[in-house]
Amino acid sequence: MSMPFYVPPEQFMKDRADYARKGIARGRAIVALQFDGGIAMISENPSTTLHKISEIYDRIAFAGVGKYNEFDQLRVAGVRAADLKGYQFSRQDVDARSLTNQYAQILSQMFSEGPKPMEVELLIAEIGQDSSSDRMFHVLYDGTVLDEHDFAILGGDSDAVSARLKSEFKQGSSLKDAIRLAVSALSGPDRKLGNTELEIALLERNGKRRCFRRVEDDEIQKLLK
Amino acid sequence: MFSAGSDPGANFGELLKRVGLSPFSAKTDETELTIPHATTCVAMRFAGGVVMAGDRRATSGNLISHRSMEKVVQADEFSGVAIAGAAGPAMEMIKLFQLQLEHYEKVEGHTLSLEGKANQLSMFVRSNLPAAMQGMVVVPIFAGFDSSQNSGRLWDYDVTGGRYEEKDFVATGSGMLHASTVMRVAWRRDLVADDAIKICAKALWEAADADSATGGPDLLRGIYPVVASITKDGWRSVSDSDLAKIYSEIGKEVGSR
Repeated sequence: MSMPFYVPPEQFMKDRADYARKGIARGRAIVALQFDGGIAMISENPSTTLHKISEIYDRIAFAGVGKYNEFDQLRVAGVRAADLKGYQFSRQDVDARSLTNQYAQILSQMFSEGPKPMEVELLIAEIGQDSSSDRMFHVLYDGTVLDEHDFAILGGDSDAVSARLKSEFKQGSSLKDAIRLAVSALSGPDRKLGNTELEIALLERNGKRRCFRRVEDDEIQKLLK
Repeated sequence: MFSAGSDPGANFGELLKRVGLSPFSAKTDETELTIPHATTCVAMRFAGGVVMAGDRRATSGNLISHRSMEKVVQADEFSGVAIAGAAGPAMEMIKLFQLQLEHYEKVEGHTLSLEGKANQLSMFVRSNLPAAMQGMVVVPIFAGFDSSQNSGRLWDYDVTGGRYEEKDFVATGSGMLHASTVMRVAWRRDLVADDAIKICAKALWEAADADSATGGPDLLRGIYPVVASITKDGWRSVSDSDLAKIYSEIGKEVGSR
């Protein structure tokens, strides 16, 4: 009878974490930051149909980095959970915190018990009545939840992007300034990102029920000019 | 043991009914069901879109149960539903329909085609058929702006979920006969939005005049029918102050007959 090799639990966890981290670092980063009218999410994405940023509910958006099919599966699960909760109770009972906890549960279970950890990092953003009640929850591949303020950076070379963004970030800046800052932080000093390489979406305090809006190419061009 | 009033005596058939074993299902007496019913709704095409309108009255038998019910509602940016029939299932159907359209849009990343939406509503109506057989009939009208054809389109339904696309106008509910006569006489192919809004308002007036279950404009309480247009720019409700003007004109015209 063959016996499996003994692998200490520390090593087992480290191997899995390395595997997930490697997968996530391969992709491009996403920046989410607050501006005077809500939260802007900016990512480098040459595809116009395979989105990294999407709408979950009236005031909640989702952004994912890493393996597309994995975070898209999680996105659909989030839309289902939110729509079911809103149908069963009331639209105002759907909130980002409870959705984030559900994501954390799924990811931590996959990390420790699944066949392989999911190679994704997620951001669940929610806008409140004013900027002080905005929420940005950052969920890592192992289910760790970070409650982010001002801005959040997911995936890619996040340390370098974060360093560039941190020194320049100002609270209450206009949409134009926020997007210019995010794009320059994403591209770094040596590159220039064009409007067709960017995917930008907003959660806006627009007075309507649904606050999510995609910024189309021509508007991006105007904002970056 | 049975109480004195419900003792089946020597009648075995009645005994089976009392213990729930009757091979014939219990007959529901429809007159006993006094659930609120929503009444007349209309929709009409014009060059560039559609107009939808519905009165605000809900009735339970001979009583008016609600005076300000909204039976014409926006389904999404470019479509709306109007519902006549049992108010409870009708409102639930509208809520589910709105959610379905939004859910599809979020999961798939784009909206359903107008035809797809009409078909979806047809399935909801069909699934209500068992309740319809018990007297809880729901018959909607669906209308919207089809960007692929650059025109307004409208559909009506029967209780079995049958879906019929209409070219010009359609009415549903207890006052449908009177309302559709008004529309039939006034409809022209080159109508503009304002004309279509006036004709729909007039159709509801005449329906309210001849049908007791349809409510007219309630000047005392400031309650007017819900009237909305859907064009390439999306859904737009006609304001109460505009409706007040339209109805005062209709009132004058009727008074001078």
